[in-house]
Amino acid sequence: MTLEVPERSLTALLGPSGGGKSTLLRVIAGLETPDTGTVEIDGEDLTGVPVRKRGIGFCFQHYAPFRHLTVRRNVAFGLEVRRLGKAEVRAKVDELLDLVKLTAFADRYPSQLSGGQRQRMALARALAIEPRVLLLDEPFGALDAQVRKQLRGWLRDLHSKINVTTVLVTHDQEEAMEVADRLAIINDGRLEQVGAPAHIYDHPANEFVLKFLGPATELDGTWVRPHDLVLHRGPKAPGGRRATVERVTHLGFEVRVDLRLPAGGDVWVQLHRGSAAELHLAPGDQVWVSPSGTATARVPVPPASPLAVG
Amino acid sequence: MKKRRANWPRLSLRAGALGYLALLIVVPVGSVFYRAFQHGAAAAWDAITTTDALHALVLTLVVAGIAVPLDTVFGVGVALILARHRFPGAWLLDALVDIPLALSPVVVGLALVLVYGHTGWFGNWLAARGITVIFSVPGIVMASAVVALPYVVREVLPVLQEIGTEQEQAARTLGAGRVAVFRRITLPSIQRGLAYGMTLTTARVLGEFGAVAIVSGAILGRTQTLTLFISSSIENLDPVGAYTGSVILALIALAVLGLLALTSPRERRSRWPSRSPGSPSASAPLSPSTA
Repeated sequence: MTLEVPERSLTALLGPSGGGKSTLLRVIAGLETPDTGTVEIDGEDLTGVPVRKRGIGFCFQHYAPFRHLTVRRNVAFGLEVRRLGKAEVRAKVDELLDLVKLTAFADRYPSQLSGGQRQRMALARALAIEPRVLLLDEPFGALDAQVRKQLRGWLRDLHSKINVTTVLVTHDQEEAMEVADRLAIINDGRLEQVGAPAHIYDHPANEFVLKFLGPATELDGTWVRPHDLVLHRGPKAPGGRRATVERVTHLGFEVRVDLRLPAGGDVWVQLHRGSAAELHLAPGDQVWVSPSGTATARVPVPPASPLAVG
Repeated sequence: MKKRRANWPRLSLRAGALGYLALLIVVPVGSVFYRAFQHGAAAAWDAITTTDALHALVLTLVVAGIAVPLDTVFGVGVALILARHRFPGAWLLDALVDIPLALSPVVVGLALVLVYGHTGWFGNWLAARGITVIFSVPGIVMASAVVALPYVVREVLPVLQEIGTEQEQAARTLGAGRVAVFRRITLPSIQRGLAYGMTLTTARVLGEFGAVAIVSGAILGRTQTLTLFISSSIENLDPVGAYTGSVILALIALAVLGLLALTSPRERRSRWPSRSPGSPSASAPLSPSTA
């Protein structure tokens, strides 16, 4: 596979666990050697270059803090190894600690930090060497939901502030769509699709991408987004299909309607509570279901595999 | 916080443990100290400032000074290999390291004599080049290094396995070379285990008798270490020499343990964990033994 990451972009490698995303990231960093293929940055072939000379900032999933060093010394590590002057190191570290808002924690040890603080320390440590590329392996994977949400926004702000080319790995599509300006969908070692999040969501290349990025339901041999379907009391739209309402579930602002087609098969539709209320839907009602005019995410359902029959 | 009163099974358990230690360690070691100074400090001083006694002390320190660094370098190396590499035969290396623990030191000494004595395989070759191993200092160093070989490996290996390699990988991405990674990351991470392993190694080398007795020939004033000196003093009906030698040996051992306590102050501070049932005891799992 070939994946190009534009300069200064924030690209997310997105896909199910075990699909090879982290391996790809480690290959870019030089922590793993590819069987075949090359890694290039700015047109320079880095495939044979050792890790320490690649100038790549890497944040590990569990942050890999140096446990015997304080936050300040952790951040200073890359600069100390480069034998920079004491004053220079100090100034640079102070600046980074301020950037990640850890100034007050400079003299603590990693064991005295929360998960989010450790994450920020790891980020400052990786940024200290002014990397050409910043790689983040499941940056929010080890945090609880609350902190994760906060850090997503924070990371996006940080990226727009420092503007370093960033690649992050995640299996959470919501996280990828929120943080990244480009997605690379990876499944089973294959690159499925690359592009802007909104574009991929609306124009998925195949069944896998469509189903992985959002909800999907099947109508007339085509996968569609359930919020791209409309319901009518009468056959208004051409190509509308008759269906029976099986169940109506209210989920806050959205309403989920499960339908049964007369020929067999189930479809579900996502409606706003307003449009659901207008329809006065109840189980047993007859309705017409059709794709909305703006529905672009449509992928034919591949022929059923023998295993699925039954 | 509720104060818990020690009930009788607890008390008797403590008394039992203390009594056991007293009978086996405190009373015998104390009596050695008493006997050494029984005839006054002057007599004790005279006994340990004889040429032979001083020579034994110096030789013991020299042997420890060579054998302990050898075992340390080898031990860290083997621990790194076992922790970081998978290769066929790793189990064999792992098992071989423990052999000196299982084997009687006397057997170790005998085996060395067989190989390095002047009728042995390597001994012949070495003797032709004017190098004497057995009945000489190199043999004593070798025997001491062998019997104390497992301690550093066994203390460092679990620490290496526990810390993993992520910190080292992180250091490499930040620009550190092999040496810098070892010095700045690996070594500080294993420091505590290493210090304890080195202490055990030192204690073992200082106190080794069986293996050294066989390889050294116990030549007075030449190949006599402190333990051999004590033993020969007993045989020569020189109890003051024997007791004083023992006191010196004990003092060196105490100094080594004291050094260990200094290198890991945080571990030792809470030797008496608070009585509240919820508080985790932070005392070291490896308490020094007077080996």
